[in-house]
Amino acid sequence: MIILHPGFLTTIQDRGRYGFQKYGVLTNGAMDPFALRVANILVGNEPDEAAMEITLQGPSIEFTEDVNLAVCGASLSPTLNEQPFPEWRRVFAKSGSHLSFGKSLAGCRAYLAVHGGFDVPIVMGSKSTYLRAGFGGFSGRALQKGDTINVCTLSFGQQSKRNWYVNPAIFPSYSSHPIARVVRGPDFERFATESGQHFLSRSFLISPQSDRMGYRLNGPTLKLTEWPDKLSSAVTLGTIQLPSDGNPIILMADRQTMGGYPCIAQVIGVDIPVLAQLKPGDKLRFQEISLEEAQNLWREQERNLQILRQAVLFKEV
Amino acid sequence: MAGYLQGTVYPFGEAAVVIQFGEKIDENINRLVRSFGRYVEQCKIPGMIEQVPAFTTVTVFYDVQKSSYSEMERLLLYLLASFEPDATDEERIIEVPVCYGGEFGPDLSHVALCHGLTEDSVIRIHIEPLYTVYAVGFSPGFPYLGGLSDKITTPRRASPRLNISAGSVGIAGAQTGIYPLATPGGWQLIGRTPLNLFHPDENPPSLFQAGDRIKFVPISMDTWKELKGLQAR
Repeated sequence: MIILHPGFLTTIQDRGRYGFQKYGVLTNGAMDPFALRVANILVGNEPDEAAMEITLQGPSIEFTEDVNLAVCGASLSPTLNEQPFPEWRRVFAKSGSHLSFGKSLAGCRAYLAVHGGFDVPIVMGSKSTYLRAGFGGFSGRALQKGDTINVCTLSFGQQSKRNWYVNPAIFPSYSSHPIARVVRGPDFERFATESGQHFLSRSFLISPQSDRMGYRLNGPTLKLTEWPDKLSSAVTLGTIQLPSDGNPIILMADRQTMGGYPCIAQVIGVDIPVLAQLKPGDKLRFQEISLEEAQNLWREQERNLQILRQAVLFKEV
Repeated sequence: MAGYLQGTVYPFGEAAVVIQFGEKIDENINRLVRSFGRYVEQCKIPGMIEQVPAFTTVTVFYDVQKSSYSEMERLLLYLLASFEPDATDEERIIEVPVCYGGEFGPDLSHVALCHGLTEDSVIRIHIEPLYTVYAVGFSPGFPYLGGLSDKITTPRRASPRLNISAGSVGIAGAQTGIYPLATPGGWQLIGRTPLNLFHPDENPPSLFQAGDRIKFVPISMDTWKELKGLQAR
């Protein structure tokens, strides 16, 4: 395929680069892993395969061969040869077709998966793009006008025209004003009493200083009873840090591997996709749940995705 | 020997668990951290994805599909009880050539001025110790170094530079280090190394690993260019 227009920020991302964090190598990967995996499942790929992560304003692409594709995630008004087509469905595009995007209606990031996946080099086990370091994905950078990208060929799954749809009941609770569920972090106990209550009840605004690295929040200034001199330690996706200015930061896909700020809580895995769809100006609230509940919710989502995958694979034969 | 049971284990989010061995920058604690991290890797705990050692902690990331926090805690406590730290640590000493001052060290004179020293004295004090790499993180290949002399600890610049070249050697407070990638930053830059700290195509991809010792070695600009040319090949 040829990129006629790259859109706002379009990068190749798979599930992420794991196993090298002890060398300081970030995980990167899709901000919304749910949408990534469903898009891949719908076109018959491995769920963690690389897709195109599209941000707000989508690209314009000309296909130079027949493709089975799916667009999942934000509602960015995709069209094929100027005809709108539905997201969260597999769609067949003949060679010579033009894929384009229009108005951004809801959410922030969408994923374009094609049957076979994108043919970019695997670096340290992953096809994800590490923008700051300039490697991975498509030449370590965002897509530009004129780029040509090849699709890998898969051995199964001919150009089936069967249209799959996804039961909305298994979706994350996407919203522009969501409640993000969290588990307590090791420094939660340090909250000054009022601040702890504010953290779990008040609204926080996604500030303009928010991107793939992390979301800086504006809201009630939060205070700890003491700010410990923390030694740098590993952080995770969804870790919420509290620097001394009192404005929390949620760490996202391009977070650095270590941090020294107090960690007050972590957003649970099944709500990371919800966060991925937020834009500056959106608001969120936090709700605490137990570690066990968080793990049960994750396993339930995994089961749902497995069932979807089995259904797609089974019916293909 | 029963082994050391001096680590505390606690959850970090729903998909990671931390084993903490202490609370300060200490070589013995750090040795324990690295040793236990390697041990956990060798034991191949079911569901474990990777472990990340830091100053006093080992963080183990795991797959919630394949395990649970209570299971990970149980296994890690068991390992702590059976763990015997390595008698000898394989400590590599890595020489890091640095061209100090001039265009590579625009803040060298400032550091000298802050402490009433000559630039040469600052360089002498900087190269004297054998530094320990406590952890690698923050940026790929970035070494957290311990051992900077307090004769040259200097606060960060009031306003950061927008772009610091890769290989820049700097001082920020009581820390000294080397930027593996070009990034913005507020460090006081005193020199630059021609070494490449990070190779994505190699295994391991990072030049430094936790536990390494670093010796800075001053070189001339000509030698810098020569070594840089060799690196490029």
